[in-house]
Amino acid sequence: MADLVKLTIDGIPVEAAPGSLLIEVARRIGKEIPAFCYYDGFSQVAACRMCLVEIEGIPKLMTACTQPVGEGMVVRTETPKLAEARKGTLEFLLTNHPLDCPVCDKGGECELQDMVFRYGASESRYVEIKHHHDEQQWSPVVYFDPARCILCYRCVRVCSEGMGVNALGVVQRGAYAEIAPNHTDHLECDECGACIDICPVGALTSDTYRYQTRPWEMNHVGTICTHCSNGCKTTLGVRNDQIIRGNNRDRSGINGEFLCVKGRYAFDFNESEERLTTPMIRKGGKLEPASWSDAVRFVAGKLKQLKEAGRQIGVVGSGRVTNEESYYLQKFARQVLGTNSIDHERSGDVVTLLDALAGRANALATVDDLYRAKAVLVIGSDLAHQHPLLHWQIRANWRHHAAHTYSVTAGPVREDQHTVAAIRAAEGAEMNALEQLRDKLSAESELAIVFGDSVKGEAVRQLVSFGDSLGIPVKYVCLVDYVNSRGAMDMGIIPELLPGYQSAAAAGLPVGLTLPQMLANEHLGALWVVNADPLRNTRLAAKEAFVIVQDLFLTATAQQADVLLPSASLYEKLGTVTNVCGEVQRLTKAAQTMGAKADLEIIGLIAKELGMASQMGPWITDKVFAEMQQVVAGYNVPLPVIATGGAAQTLPPAVKIGVETDPALIRSARDTQFTSGTLGSYSKKLDSLLESPGSLYQGENVLALATQ
Amino acid sequence: MTLPQELEQKFSEIIGKYPPEYKKSALVPLLLYSQDALGKITPELVNEVARRVGVFPLQVEEVLTYYSMLHFPKPMGKYHVQICTNVSCQLTGGPELWELACKRLGLGHKEVSADGLISLEEVECIGACSWAPAIQINYDFHHFVTPEKLDELLDNLRQLQ
Amino acid sequence: MLFNEPSPLETKVLTRRFGLPNSDTVDSFLANEGFAAFRKAVTMTPEAIIDEVKKSNLRGRGGAGFPTGMKWGFVPRNSPKPKYIVVNADESEPGTCKDRLLMQYDPLQLIEGMMISALAVGAKRGYIYIRGEYRYLIDIMDRAIADAYAKGWLGQNIQGTGFDFDVFTHTGAGAYECGEESALLESLEGKRGVPRIRPPFPAVAGLWRCPTVLNNVETFASVPSILLMGGEAWANLGSPRNGGTRLFCISGHVNKPGVYELPMGFNLMRMINEVAGGMKGGRHLKAVIPGGSSCPILKAEECDIAMDFDALKAVNSMLGSGGVVVMDETTDMVKVALRIMRFYQHESCGWCIPCREGTLWLKKILTRVEAGMGQRNDPALLHELANNMLGRTFCPLGDAAAMPTISIVEKFRDEFDDYIRRSPMASVAEAETEVPVGV
Ligand SMILES: Cc1cc2nc3c(=O)[nH]c(=O)nc-3n(C[C@H](O)[C@H](O)[C@H](O)COP(=O)(O)O)c2cc1C
Ligand code: SF4
Ligand code: FES
Repeated sequence: MADLVKLTIDGIPVEAAPGSLLIEVARRIGKEIPAFCYYDGFSQVAACRMCLVEIEGIPKLMTACTQPVGEGMVVRTETPKLAEARKGTLEFLLTNHPLDCPVCDKGGECELQDMVFRYGASESRYVEIKHHHDEQQWSPVVYFDPARCILCYRCVRVCSEGMGVNALGVVQRGAYAEIAPNHTDHLECDECGACIDICPVGALTSDTYRYQTRPWEMNHVGTICTHCSNGCKTTLGVRNDQIIRGNNRDRSGINGEFLCVKGRYAFDFNESEERLTTPMIRKGGKLEPASWSDAVRFVAGKLKQLKEAGRQIGVVGSGRVTNEESYYLQKFARQVLGTNSIDHERSGDVVTLLDALAGRANALATVDDLYRAKAVLVIGSDLAHQHPLLHWQIRANWRHHAAHTYSVTAGPVREDQHTVAAIRAAEGAEMNALEQLRDKLSAESELAIVFGDSVKGEAVRQLVSFGDSLGIPVKYVCLVDYVNSRGAMDMGIIPELLPGYQSAAAAGLPVGLTLPQMLANEHLGALWVVNADPLRNTRLAAKEAFVIVQDLFLTATAQQADVLLPSASLYEKLGTVTNVCGEVQRLTKAAQTMGAKADLEIIGLIAKELGMASQMGPWITDKVFAEMQQVVAGYNVPLPVIATGGAAQTLPPAVKIGVETDPALIRSARDTQFTSGTLGSYSKKLDSLLESPGSLYQGENVLALATQ
Repeated sequence: MTLPQELEQKFSEIIGKYPPEYKKSALVPLLLYSQDALGKITPELVNEVARRVGVFPLQVEEVLTYYSMLHFPKPMGKYHVQICTNVSCQLTGGPELWELACKRLGLGHKEVSADGLISLEEVECIGACSWAPAIQINYDFHHFVTPEKLDELLDNLRQLQ
Repeated sequence: MLFNEPSPLETKVLTRRFGLPNSDTVDSFLANEGFAAFRKAVTMTPEAIIDEVKKSNLRGRGGAGFPTGMKWGFVPRNSPKPKYIVVNADESEPGTCKDRLLMQYDPLQLIEGMMISALAVGAKRGYIYIRGEYRYLIDIMDRAIADAYAKGWLGQNIQGTGFDFDVFTHTGAGAYECGEESALLESLEGKRGVPRIRPPFPAVAGLWRCPTVLNNVETFASVPSILLMGGEAWANLGSPRNGGTRLFCISGHVNKPGVYELPMGFNLMRMINEVAGGMKGGRHLKAVIPGGSSCPILKAEECDIAMDFDALKAVNSMLGSGGVVVMDETTDMVKVALRIMRFYQHESCGWCIPCREGTLWLKKILTRVEAGMGQRNDPALLHELANNMLGRTFCPLGDAAAMPTISIVEKFRDEFDDYIRRSPMASVAEAETEVPVGV
């Protein structure tokens, strides 16, 4: 690395890498140079002229947002001359600003307010008429108030550079220049809302948050988004147990400030009036409300009776509950109910991948690795629509580090905007197509491979051998669907494996039924479904089976329940979840729905009713987690890391798993950004956006980059 | 969208001036020559031009609304009378010509006659300062314009119809 | 027919072929020294060409007056990227109308200048960015280019020299800002005419991010005569550090407005009185904008001055693009200030805050003052706001808008006060400010 450059900023000597920008270096030493348009990670625009600084020997004021450090440079960031300049610029800015802070959503969090406060440009000498433009609604979620816009171009850049969507532009010129959406008067885009969050003022506002509250009236709770497997950190704005806003402006977590449409808007399922809040027991063919104690007693009694009768009990877990809950559920099933028929809807062949990588360190990519790897290969997924954070990371990697991207997919994908090579291959035919890339890939210095559910079973092993044959370090990501799909696998929510990928057969457990087998088994005595909807398009063969369902909503499965237990959402729980990259993160409880209980507690109460509480251990998340750390290989992750909002990756098992799983059981739900299994369908907001694009492999935004 | 033969030819000629990977460069010329040939720029044309140079329609619109000779969405008249009132013309009678034209035509800045024949625009310096006051009708320059000469020019336009 | 009668005081170098018949044909050009400079240049090394241009003290004719030879020297010789020659024929600075003549009367001189520049930096392709209003010039240039191709003066292996060069015209569509070099490049790439962050300068990363020589029409058109005469001789035509002749565009209240080729350093009063036939109607001189509307104005008593970059800089004005706007005693300076600000406001690209908002505010104040609704503090406010733009904008357009305003308010303050004295708002403002504290 080149030698560090020495300079002084406001009399403080600093060293910085050559080429670093003054504004960044100053920030590092706590000198906040004001700026509207500068935004790290995006292209420089130098338009707001707020970041002017004095550099000794240069008569002109220079913009710190474009000025690289220089050896011996003497920089001043706060002088009377600069304060004057900034005040003058603010005065210009305010001439056509509506000054409607009292009713503006951004009030209290507005960078323009802060700046005016700091430089005291509060007095206006402007007596002319302001030009006024009406507010416009660009989409069900995006509103634009041109009068408040200060033209910092952050929204335009986050949309084109960050997202690759290019839905925003600048039209007209001079004082009449305005941000405009891609379809004259409305937007057709990912509806990710990044433009709204990045707006330093209240020009872009969201339908969900508009006129709802003031920022200081909310609690800001950092937790993990409940929708897809990417596991974005989200900061929920909560008032009176109502979630009003989702964003991640503090950039904590693996996603920085990234969130997709679901993360930003689809939290409203949480307060849907369709939420279940009372346990129900079927009486005379009808579900009737019951008290928690009656319902739990009824479930326990039935389970006991069926167990004693030697009947098959099937347990269905899910990718939507916490690790602790999954762990506790399988423990209950296997130890208390004595059944090994436990499964969930499997969406990616994690087992084969981990088996193939057993004993290797550094073989699984983290979300951060996708931002840093020199090369990335995407197989069989339209990441922009299915795994938005991973897409964001890979794109940022290309933008910032010129990473090479390759894609092997069934249709056009957004990565095509910057891929070195894009190959079209039908699902299942990807492995053959891969050979065409061999030469290029082996010339890379390292590679991260991201693959979808069409690569499973033998194909996963082929993929790993292919990776090995390249002679470069390769890391993998096996794509899965839901927020804790990966955790469900890790916790042994499949009959073949115990937590931590221990063979169930080797441990002496009987062969259990897989999910399709349970549903098809006419002799099944009971089916216990925890936050899943396996009956949405299948009929249960065992007509007489006793059906217990824990869910937030009256799903197709819940409608067939004999006992229905309302459960809490992930936003109402404590515990941990494991994302698609095997990174464990911790939840914080943000809200509460009266009547609903966390699944962990529900299982605990049933255990207690059965007199098995002491065998099961306390249903307290931290206690369960402590047990998992001991028992589940890979989960001995440092608590302080995750307790402080970090992510800790689990390792592949040390030795071969040695258990074959049936690839036919693996099938992703192919949800896109605008659909999300069960929860998404209860989000009115997401529903209102369904018109927007989002179907896979449409490549609606893929245009030759030659035009950039 | 199908273009008239001649315009189609002009399109290939213009696009041919730039390396294929930079055909976006043709954007402004394509729009201007289309406006000249078709009399107006329509949303269909925007889409067509976007397709030809490989950009999104929004990117065309960004450019389109930036340049003052491109009139969108409202087209100008068949004869576009542009009167310069910038400083050299200001000193030599440009503003008086402007007043006169407004009165004679009954039009204001960027207004078009009801029959779409004539439009009027007060323009910035057109590069005729030493021969001011100057006006342009479509692409034709007229120098040292007197009120009488302006009258005559406007009369001619009506007859040209 | 020429636009204006030549003056006997002119030194006709660039304009020596003006008025010849068939000037857009290679044959006519060749018969009158055409391509002789190119012939000479192909025998020279690139360094020698650049050296000759350096010796000539040619300074950019587009406005900033940057030494041309030095600029060419910045082009990285061993860059693997293609290199481009771009001609700035956007000519939009109010008061300027010279590039028009250079293209109309001697289009091949410009092309020859481009070719020599291409030899000097290793370029193979050139674009002439012509403002959209100059459609007839695009046609002339296209004809000249076509003829040059037909006669083997453009294209592959030109005249057997092994030198390849292609030239294309490109039309603008109405935007003064596209005359600013980096905005011009953006525009040429099919984007909005918004300037770029510099560095890197065009010489290093210009058209399509490749090394690019970008000069004004007149700058390129000067190059052939420099090579023919030799740099030193050419330099000696002008004043020290200001080589050669330049085309001055005299407009406004003179008897013979016109474009005249005069040596650099020519005295402004002589220009008005002897070249341009003196003041119209025998009225008195009041002020002169010496180099296009963005240059600070000179009062009559400041006009006994040599017209070169250094002399004008010494009196805090600029030579700019050579647009000399002469104003007599009847000129209303408030109206002039307003008209100039209306121009910059209209042409501000809108990218940066001080220019976008500043020009609009200044225009509104000036409009109000001119309409008789000025307030007592308005001149001071205009002055202060213009100063708040100065040096703080993204590109020099902001300065170009601020400088004339500052100079006009400073030098003709009394005219603003006259307007305001008649304004009903004046007393309102006065009453407000003069209420004694504590009453
Ligand atoms: C706002 C603005 C407008 C300009 N307009 C023109 C123009 O119309 N023609 C021109 O040659 N240069 C113009 N320039 C100057 C160019 O930026 C550039 O300096 C010049 O073309 C370089 O060529 P030269 O060195 O030969 O002068 C303008 C500059 C600014 C800041
Ligand atoms: S000073 Fe700013 S707004 Fe004005 S033209 Fe330059 S970049 Fe555009
Ligand atoms: S001022 Fe009118 S043409 Fe220049």
